Amino acid sequence: MAIKQTTPTDEFVKGLWRDNPVFIQVLGMCPALAVSNTAINSLAMGLATTFVLLMAGLSVSLLRNFIPKEARIVSYICIIATFVTCVDYAIMAISIELHRALGAFIALIVVNCLILGRAEAFASKNNPGRAIMDALGMGVGFTGALFFIGVVREILGAGTLFGIEMFPDGYQTWTIMVLPSGGFLAMAGWLLLVNWIRQQQDEAEKRAAEEATT
Amino acid sequence: MTDASLWSIFLNSALINNFVLAYFLGICPFFGVSSKLDTAWRMGAAASFVMLVASTCAYGINLVLNAVGAEYLRIISYILVISSTVQLVEMLLKKLSPATFRAMGIFLPLITTNCAILGLALFQTNKGYGFVQCLFYAVGAGAGFALALVLMAGVREKLDLSNVPQLVQGTAAALIVAGILSMGFMGFAGLGR
Repeated sequence: MAIKQTTPTDEFVKGLWRDNPVFIQVLGMCPALAVSNTAINSLAMGLATTFVLLMAGLSVSLLRNFIPKEARIVSYICIIATFVTCVDYAIMAISIELHRALGAFIALIVVNCLILGRAEAFASKNNPGRAIMDALGMGVGFTGALFFIGVVREILGAGTLFGIEMFPDGYQTWTIMVLPSGGFLAMAGWLLLVNWIRQQQDEAEKRAAEEATT
Repeated sequence: MTDASLWSIFLNSALINNFVLAYFLGICPFFGVSSKLDTAWRMGAAASFVMLVASTCAYGINLVLNAVGAEYLRIISYILVISSTVQLVEMLLKKLSPATFRAMGIFLPLITTNCAILGLALFQTNKGYGFVQCLFYAVGAGAGFALALVLMAGVREKLDLSNVPQLVQGTAAALIVAGILSMGFMGFAGLGR
């Protein structure tokens, strides 16, 4: 990535689809599955993670020339843990109910491999502007993926969306979807859809390339 | 301090609220190394060991932090102390018992920054367990993690031999299997509490 010149917009866009952290890279699965039982929980989790990604990316990028190579992972973890603590207390101040619903998973953003992965693979090698764009893209991609999983689970599992009833009275809720196994199944469903779309795209590209050569 | 009995704490963390299948902790190694039974065993054993160490550390740190009134440092000190202690134990193990070290090998450092470890430390703090309760909680969590990993590996070894549609191969298949396993573990929900 360092050799090929890419515009900041490219760094942003790649996180949305081509390198989507959840569906393509399969990083940060634990929070993606654990707190995505309602749409609002998954949005909150996504935003919290995006904030940490952004701040950690910025700090790592600014400090990249000062952090010794041998101690870099430890330093990154310290930086990330600091921002996670901020988020933890901020959410507690905004809504104690939300904090209770997300539980220990806010603190567990520290060990979300997505954040450390981006700090190590991208922010430590690029200037702050690009690091911010990359973190934003990844964060939005992550939030979006979480949101999609959360929407499916809430609609099917509770018959509501953002707490608003979606179906007439007779609807039998799929309790399984709000339970842990529903997380795995909803995620598997989205993954299948994404895989299928990618397969279609690949085939279309291949056909276009063949037509171009003949 | 809760007064739950040690046995129910163990059952709770191992089966009813299995760390992998009910709390979604440690999903990365769960999918990463669960393709062979042999590695799954070792990973499970190493994780149980690290959990025990981490649990002890976390209990100590929590005492100190509460004493000086610096609870906001909990996350940062947990992760730093736990990972350095595990590294220390790793060196000791290498010196004292090379055979065990070889068996656990690369897995020890990998597990340290796993969310199951930090999750364990945070949960036991939130629940306010005493020292012995913490130990039982950690052993249960480790056993549950190993159990889930081994079960998953067993299923995936069989799955490799069957003819799976190309679209479903890989992560999607693993997720579906995990979903079904998790449904099975829901059956334990009536066991205790």
